[in-house]
Amino acid sequence: MKKSFIALIGLVLPVSVWAAGGGPIYPDDKITIDWDDKASMQRGAQLFVNYCLSCHSAGYARYNRVGKDLGIADELMSENLIFTTDKYGEKTKVGSLMKTTMTTEYAEAAFGTVPPDLSLIARSRGTHWLYNYLRGFYIDESRPMGVNNGVFPAVGMPHVLVELEGMKRAVKEMQDDGHGGEQEVIVGFEQVTEGSMTSKEFDQAMKDLVAFLDYLAEPYKQTRKNVGTGVLIFLFFFGILAYLLKKEYWKDVH
Amino acid sequence: MSAKGNGLMGWIDARFPLTKMVEEHLSKYYAPKNFNFWYFFGSLALLVLVIQIVSGIFLTMFYKPDGELAFASVEYIMRDVDWGWLIRYIHSTGASAFFVVVYLHMFRAMIYGSYQKPRELIWLFGMFIFLALMAEAFMGYLLPWGQMSYWGAQVIISLFGAIPVVGDELTLWIRGDYVISDATLNRFFALHVVAVPIVLLMLVVMHIIALHEVGSNNPDGIDIKKNKNEEGVPVDGIPFHPYYTVKDIVGVVVFLALFSVVVFFMPEMNGYFLEYANFVPANPFKTPEHIAPVWYFTPFYAILRAVPDKLLGVIAMFAAIIVLFVLPWLDRGKVRSIRYRSSAFKWLLVMFVISFIGLGYLGALPATEGRTLFARIFTIGYFGYFIGLWFISKNENTKPVPERVTS
Repeated sequence: MKKSFIALIGLVLPVSVWAAGGGPIYPDDKITIDWDDKASMQRGAQLFVNYCLSCHSAGYARYNRVGKDLGIADELMSENLIFTTDKYGEKTKVGSLMKTTMTTEYAEAAFGTVPPDLSLIARSRGTHWLYNYLRGFYIDESRPMGVNNGVFPAVGMPHVLVELEGMKRAVKEMQDDGHGGEQEVIVGFEQVTEGSMTSKEFDQAMKDLVAFLDYLAEPYKQTRKNVGTGVLIFLFFFGILAYLLKKEYWKDVH
Repeated sequence: MSAKGNGLMGWIDARFPLTKMVEEHLSKYYAPKNFNFWYFFGSLALLVLVIQIVSGIFLTMFYKPDGELAFASVEYIMRDVDWGWLIRYIHSTGASAFFVVVYLHMFRAMIYGSYQKPRELIWLFGMFIFLALMAEAFMGYLLPWGQMSYWGAQVIISLFGAIPVVGDELTLWIRGDYVISDATLNRFFALHVVAVPIVLLMLVVMHIIALHEVGSNNPDGIDIKKNKNEEGVPVDGIPFHPYYTVKDIVGVVVFLALFSVVVFFMPEMNGYFLEYANFVPANPFKTPEHIAPVWYFTPFYAILRAVPDKLLGVIAMFAAIIVLFVLPWLDRGKVRSIRYRSSAFKWLLVMFVISFIGLGYLGALPATEGRTLFARIFTIGYFGYFIGLWFISKNENTKPVPERVTS
């Protein structure tokens, strides 16, 4: 009875609600985030403030918190990673929230929609999705921005990282869609123009960026796990005492 | 400690029945000595209630019930409030933990017949607690003001629109607006932090008073009060305190360990406790691809979707809960515990458990033709338990029940 109950739980849990929906994506490569690699996250932060923060906010995160967590001193942060100004034209303070200076009116006029806040994007989309999305842009003249994406079809975002990655063309093929019909799927990319990075360097850069986004979505993740380990160790020893106490009291119950 | 004692206790006892209450509910409340694993979940439910109230109070200090500010205030708690992430994860995990322990607690009552005479009122109070808990959880889920908060509430409230004649007016009255809005958020906040908790606490007190009036059932389903010694103490009973207090502490530690594993290592629980889409702020103009309620509502949601007609679906969903209220009268059996009941009863129960878990599983997924078929089979299995129980319990082929509890 108990065993079958546990088996049932095991059956239900791995099916993530997340997995629901969506067709095939390309690229579809795995990524693992190393939370101890602060240098990677620092490089990611640099990419983030240079390429993302012009249009997207990370409006729940603060510069100095990022600095503290990733080992970047306030002065360094202010000099090298803060490019925005406040409404009086003064340089954004290091304790401020990481907000873009683009107005919603301008964003709507330029892109048709306000670019989403990226503070929590790694929690809503997942790191796997982000890593492939960032590497999934290809030429598509039918789109307003001239590019489409193999992970997020018909996305409104332009290929912001084109100077790093260069431009790619999608190689498509007709494949069985599993419902008796056929669908066109992307099976590969061909480099059309070169960027400043090789494809390997660009992959690493995107790993850095996604690592930073993962950090940004839950800055306290490592603290959480450390505290949790302590709590479990405490409960283990407390549990032994509690069990011995119970045994002592119950020895006269027959 | 005697009621006529001197000192501080004597002074208090002359003015307030403190010693009398402690004796009645703890040191001289005789519980059967054969409680097993399933008897941990009552005290654990009480523990989770306390956890939720305390963590909830701290969240209320920083949360802003405002359509413009709510989402950001939750992230403020997570990032800028000292230990805010811990308080928030405790509260979000506590909501799911509450349903885990309550479902197991209810299942215990079903296998050992704890709802049968003379404990019908305990079961009824318990069912009202379950209803209040569902209302509490539903309203609480709107507060983070994420996409799933918003659209989940939209779906559930729109169900009331299926009620003929008054439906539309009713949904308007519940929302306080034509769509889920700031007005809805504010009233749900008021109900979640004040009204429903008061009702819950009152019901819990009544649940326990009723229990201590008739005494606890046990895995053998025997009335231990029939067999008392010369002092009037049941021979198979032991004082709740210290015996079950020290035993429950062990249960509490095991529970807290499992609870901590979720809070500290997997607070999203694969999207079951915190849904991924809820990390996106509520957007009335953008419906998510797939709207799924949180796991503890999915069995009932699956029943709703299994019925092709909206009104009938809503009726079936509510019937699935209402039928539990009348369980003490549907079960006409004289034997309480599954240990001495017929194999027909056991098979019915197996069918019920499979149906309930199956419905819960399907309710979290988008509906497809195959899944809807299974959801219908499980819906029949769910209701089939209650109908079957009414028939088989009349002249049930039971085993002889022992005089004394077995260990």
